[in-house]
Amino acid sequence: MKRVYPDKDYCIGCHICELACLTAHSKSKDLILAYTVERGSEGLTSCKHVHERGPTCVALSCRHCDEPACVAACISGALQKDSESGRTTYDREKCVGCWSCLMACPFGAIARHPLENKIVKCDLCADRPGGPACVAACPNQALKQEER
Amino acid sequence: MSVTKRKAHEDAMTYVIIGNGVASIGAIEGIRRHDQKGKIVVIGAEDSAAYGRPLISYLLAGKIGANQLALRGDDYYVKNNVELKLGTTVTKIDTAKKAVTTDKGDTVAYGRLLIATGGIPFIPPIPGVQGEDIYSFTTLAHAQTLIELSSKIKRAVVIGGGLIGLKAAESLHDRGVAVTIVELAPRILSAGFDEKAGALASNRLKKVGIEVNCGVTAKEIQRDKKGRVKGVLLTDGRFLETDVVVVAIGVVPHSAIAKDAGIKVERGIMVDAKLMTNAKDVYAAGDVAQAMDQLSGEHRVVPIWPNAYNQGYASGRNMAGAKEPYQGGLPMNSISFYGLPTISVGVVNPPEGDKNFEVHALLDEAKETYRKLVFRDEKLVGYVLVGDIDKAGMFTAFIKFEMALAGEAKDKLINAGPEVFLWPEKLFDETWNPAPAKAAR
Repeated sequence: MKRVYPDKDYCIGCHICELACLTAHSKSKDLILAYTVERGSEGLTSCKHVHERGPTCVALSCRHCDEPACVAACISGALQKDSESGRTTYDREKCVGCWSCLMACPFGAIARHPLENKIVKCDLCADRPGGPACVAACPNQALKQEER
Repeated sequence: MSVTKRKAHEDAMTYVIIGNGVASIGAIEGIRRHDQKGKIVVIGAEDSAAYGRPLISYLLAGKIGANQLALRGDDYYVKNNVELKLGTTVTKIDTAKKAVTTDKGDTVAYGRLLIATGGIPFIPPIPGVQGEDIYSFTTLAHAQTLIELSSKIKRAVVIGGGLIGLKAAESLHDRGVAVTIVELAPRILSAGFDEKAGALASNRLKKVGIEVNCGVTAKEIQRDKKGRVKGVLLTDGRFLETDVVVVAIGVVPHSAIAKDAGIKVERGIMVDAKLMTNAKDVYAAGDVAQAMDQLSGEHRVVPIWPNAYNQGYASGRNMAGAKEPYQGGLPMNSISFYGLPTISVGVVNPPEGDKNFEVHALLDEAKETYRKLVFRDEKLVGYVLVGDIDKAGMFTAFIKFEMALAGEAKDKLINAGPEVFLWPEKLFDETWNPAPAKAAR
């Protein structure tokens, strides 16, 4: 499957991927509204997170592992591996907010939703025709979606 | 091929799984990753398709409905070519004939067999424990019974302050029942927590009105002339009046059919690195199995959810011929008490005075946060987080991948928290940005 691979040699830490992620997962699909309104009112949170240390930075999110630790730990069946698409899928309705996935994922790719007992995790922009918004927005091609 | 020959061939290709819990789901997914065709038969004693067992506390608390319990979608078993035999108990395993017998009188032949029968509640020999008004809390049926009961009773005593006991207590409290917890150990959650984390959780429970008694246990359950429970006499002489008693001391491996079949059982069913028992083509996984523990290198029974799925998965892929060993289990628990989230992973209570371990703990009682890190040989081997749990997974990485933490890196982990830049360069690259040929894993 095609995954998103971050390259820290190219990442300039601009956080544009985070904003693109916010917008793609917003109701309004508008950057300014997503940032100024929905972040507060809906608890809208980016699935992508830029990690920084000194001059080095890298944008990380769910790796959609072949054998995901989060799926093994999920007590409700909200997290599953889709054998056809290869995605690690999240069913928000089924999630009870037990945080087992957050504990089990050694990649720190799962966050708590700020307002509800739900998680925030990359869905590879499954509903977005152009593929992951973060990849499209990265100005320096530090994020690549590829078959490797 | 003749009919009998074809039948023999089919039998040799058939995977039979005894048990329909999460280890069984793991096994189906492990098998199907390597073998899309072989027939799978799942024999489950309970009536329903695999459900999220820990969800029974959410059901009892009224937070979710019964329609939200299923672990997988309605078409899951059909899609995976799995024949389900529910409400059916296996009574005998014949490892010579490679067949199991059920209580319905059927004989099912197997090529590979997985025993994933889980655990059964341990009922200690307390005087008066046999009879009416005594309940367990490990199955959907138990939850349904307690839901029905909760409108008719006023008081409940829960014996056992572990995960099951505390969740039973919380859920019954949510149903309006006055609950008292009795725990023999000096603190609740003694297995996965230390004193400070236990105290934070126990304070949260006390705040909402659940009574927590540690360092005592039930000496006798007293009954009236009709045999109904009157109350519980404690080891410290106190008497707690109650309508029912929930016994939640823990679970023990449900290994009787394996023992009867001559399969090696110590605390649980002994399995090797492929999760195979000492009987050829017979595997075991989940709460019934005594499998390798990553940190100690020993075989242990660790009845926790992720281990059960992972063991099921590893047994599945090995039954399907993948020859990939089980990486070993890692104890981990995540549980919230009235909004206070807690997580514990790995070794959290190192033996007292053992100089091989180094502990760094940070408690903020006002904020109800606690963080404890346990190191051994310059590696993180365990942690506890209460309140602020957001970096849990990043801590888990250091334990799971056994990353060496020399000097500065360790200081940073302790003082600034876990960070992906503390990873060895090679692991970082292989994980996040691998060379094309190495990507899949």
